[in-house]
Amino acid sequence: MTTATVRETTTAADPTGAPTPPLAADASVQLHLDGVWLTVCSTARLTPGRGVAVLLPDGRRQAAVFLDRAGRLYAIDNRDPFSGAAVLSRGLVGSADGRPFVASPLLKQRFDLETGRCLDDEAAEAGVGVYAVRVGA
Amino acid sequence: MDATSTHPPQAKKKLVLVGHGMVGQRFLEALAECGLTGTHHIVVLCEEPRPAYDRVQLTSYFSGRTPDELSVTEGGFMERHGIELRLGDPAEHVDRAARTVTARSGRVFGYDVLVLATGSVPFVPPVPGRDAAGCFVYRTIEDVLAIEAYAKAGATTGAVVGGGLLGLEAAGALQGLGLATHIVEFAPRLMPAQVDEGGGAALLRTLTGRGLAVHTGTGTQEVLTDGAGAVRAMRLSDGSELDVGLVVFSAGVRPRDQLARDCGLVVGERGGITVDERCRTSDPAVYAIGECAQAVDGRVYGLVAPGYEMAQTAAAALASDTSDAAFTGADMSTKLKLLGVDVASFGDAHGTAAGCLDVAYADSRAGTYKKLVVGADGTLLGGVLVGDTESYGTLRALTGSVPPVPAEQLVLPAGAGAAPALGPEALPSDAVVCNCHNVTKAAVQACATLPEVKKCTKAGTGCGSCVKLIGQLLPQSGDQGLCGCFGQTRQELYEIVRTLRVTSFQDLLDRHGREGARGGEGCETCKPAVASVIASLAPAIGADGYVLDGEQAALQDTNDHFLANLQKNGSYSVVPRIPGGEITPDKLIVIGEVAREFGLYTKITGGQRIDLFGARVEQLPPIWARLVEAGFESGHAYGKALRTVKSCVGQTWCRYGVQDSVRMAIDLELRYRGLRAPHKLKSAVSGCARECAEARSKDFGVIATAGGWNLYVGGNGGATPRHADLLAQDLDDAGLVRLIDRFLMFYIRTADRLERTSAWLERIDGGLDHVRDVVVDDSLGICAELEALMADHVTHYRDEWAETLADPDRLARFVSFVNAPEAPDPLVAFVPERGQIKPDLPLLTLRPPSAGGRDTALAPEPDSDLNLDLDLEGASTR
Repeated sequence: MTTATVRETTTAADPTGAPTPPLAADASVQLHLDGVWLTVCSTARLTPGRGVAVLLPDGRRQAAVFLDRAGRLYAIDNRDPFSGAAVLSRGLVGSADGRPFVASPLLKQRFDLETGRCLDDEAAEAGVGVYAVRVGA
Repeated sequence: MDATSTHPPQAKKKLVLVGHGMVGQRFLEALAECGLTGTHHIVVLCEEPRPAYDRVQLTSYFSGRTPDELSVTEGGFMERHGIELRLGDPAEHVDRAARTVTARSGRVFGYDVLVLATGSVPFVPPVPGRDAAGCFVYRTIEDVLAIEAYAKAGATTGAVVGGGLLGLEAAGALQGLGLATHIVEFAPRLMPAQVDEGGGAALLRTLTGRGLAVHTGTGTQEVLTDGAGAVRAMRLSDGSELDVGLVVFSAGVRPRDQLARDCGLVVGERGGITVDERCRTSDPAVYAIGECAQAVDGRVYGLVAPGYEMAQTAAAALASDTSDAAFTGADMSTKLKLLGVDVASFGDAHGTAAGCLDVAYADSRAGTYKKLVVGADGTLLGGVLVGDTESYGTLRALTGSVPPVPAEQLVLPAGAGAAPALGPEALPSDAVVCNCHNVTKAAVQACATLPEVKKCTKAGTGCGSCVKLIGQLLPQSGDQGLCGCFGQTRQELYEIVRTLRVTSFQDLLDRHGREGARGGEGCETCKPAVASVIASLAPAIGADGYVLDGEQAALQDTNDHFLANLQKNGSYSVVPRIPGGEITPDKLIVIGEVAREFGLYTKITGGQRIDLFGARVEQLPPIWARLVEAGFESGHAYGKALRTVKSCVGQTWCRYGVQDSVRMAIDLELRYRGLRAPHKLKSAVSGCARECAEARSKDFGVIATAGGWNLYVGGNGGATPRHADLLAQDLDDAGLVRLIDRFLMFYIRTADRLERTSAWLERIDGGLDHVRDVVVDDSLGICAELEALMADHVTHYRDEWAETLADPDRLARFVSFVNAPEAPDPLVAFVPERGQIKPDLPLLTLRPPSAGGRDTALAPEPDSDLNLDLDLEGASTR
């Protein structure tokens, strides 16, 4: 069986037909934080459909960074507002009506990866923050 | 003592319930639902030696149901609600002035409220010889046990006096015991109260065809005895004699109202304690419900559904003085299967209303008879169905309205000019679907699934005759697909993966997913489900079975992804496999040392293993390095896979054991370890019939016999306990393993996602008999294939943790932070409790969210000394 790598997923057909920029296997993943772009890891550490957790420089905040099968990156806060535990990076990525989400591994609430909104609870406090994320040099 | 708890508790009211039958138990449940079990001290006086059981299903004892399985009393119910149930201690005397009840034991119970639910007694006609040895009534489990014992001691022929509903039940029981059986009915037809002449004739033909001797229009004159005083024959009113060894009187019942008569309560002329609409007797402190009561319409109801309604009415009246619950009479509709014949009657079955007309259809060859009673304006008033009761649910619910098609089309068989079958959609939304609990179509349709309907409305939990109709009313008629991404069921996806040898989730989604989902990500439902199917079939379809490899890694739930169980604060628990629960002292010491070194909370599980809690994700590899080195393997506690095969100590040590249960448990656990299934699999092996390993509560349970092993399947504990059913008996070792191989692979092939074997067995068409046909008799010709799949699994098994430890790439994901591999998650912290650790939950409390938007992610209060030594290697700002 082949090992799915980031490079392979960039060749996957994009159902929307929108051009997807190629993702280099050894490029850096950067989060926009306090006005600067922070490099957090190499794209090689990401698996399509899963996330990784990133500890932010204040030593307290955590972000969850995801890669989807079309090679797009997303970053939201890692903390699950329903349990308080920092586990969202370990949830499963899915899509519904063309929008990507992650399902919390604890109680399965889903969060929109682009807006942080909770799809299973309308209350504003049920959502999570989002970060701008890009592939740097 | 805490100062706040020194207030004297509010004095509780005293409630005494006399009688613990089905209606009595329903009354207790209604009290609990109204919150009255908290405000009342409740004592229940019960004559029988066991809690309430399903008297309606008494005959099913002869088809293998045990008295325990007939129980309608949920285990722990009395304890949970603080109810004192006194079995074998009936009420003997009521003093209404003093408000006390004296029980047979001599104990005296004071009451504020007394509820009589004493039921009824069988009526035994005053014929000479009716007390002879060999004469019985048919009312309780004890009656059934006595009949069975007497029949087995030598009777070959039996007679039932009474051809009504209960009489036919009793006749079925005698036939089940292997007796040649006569039915003697005084009326000119069978079931005179329920069916009309035409229905009785259809019933008679069918029952005679089944080997029963039916004597209608005939009375019983005398029971004749032999020298020892035991039954030898019966003399009938036509002068003839029947040679019989056993007689069961089932000629109706009489309300059991003696207790009420003795204390001066008003009773009806023909018996039955007179009650008002709120089920109150002539003494406002005393209520009567069920078969012992005479309702305001002057009738005594001998069916369970009206009894349940009275139980609820009385409880509602007790809960609130202004309750508008009222029992004014009930529908006498019944549907049952007697001696294999479906019989139903509903509404005004006998056409007593003025100006009504009959519409009837009879087919003597097929043994079916259908009659509808229709009012002058076309309103459906009632009917009788014999031999084919398919339309009962719909017809009963339509009763009282004008059906949308002419009545004659409702009774004609399909294809004989009948309109297309009248579906449940034709029912008005206020039509009563479940008569036992008075639930309407609208209330049923407010739910999504049958279990939800049963839980929220209780519909379908009484006699069960409406379950089929409920199923038709639920939305399942449309889309059965697994999720929003796949229109197929799990079973259909299994077949696609197996036959097309699909090894990739994306492939499956893009080619077989729903139109809008192709090219997408899938979802949290289908990803693990498909991963499980691919893993189950891995060797056969040429996929890599290792669950952390390649694309598979992205599909697994977090537990499978990290090969450990996620706990509420984000830490994990670890369960090493301890096959059969057998462990050497040295290995036990290793577990202790690992737990001590990593500071883990340890607990013995129900499956004879040891669970280690509180590991951070980056600690999992070093913990497992120690465990693997000591010879442990993954216990798959994180997977939908075989968990544990529990065992008792068996023949080797136990003086009762008849086989080596530990050996067998170890063999089975090692054979099926790592097997991915639609849900977790549990098993146990008991060394003798004492069943100390509790094998019958498992998905597959094995119990030793002198001649080998009995295999039970479909058991479950948990929220919906189910005793496993016997699949096959007296198997040798090889036969046992072969049968389990087939059973498990057939389950994996056909079950729904997250469907345990117990639910699967209840759901699939044909149930246990079908499964037996397939896996024992190979009716589908697939057993060789099932066995080959299991052989592949056994050959290709690898320990997931040993493999993970050997591969640096796989180990790389076991970090809390991708940018700080050494840093622990600051939110995973512990505090001491009882000499061990527990999660520091206050640390997880979130502060109120700030205004939404970017860069406003929630963060913990800096309220603890996190003392982090951060390694932000690779992180830089620019």
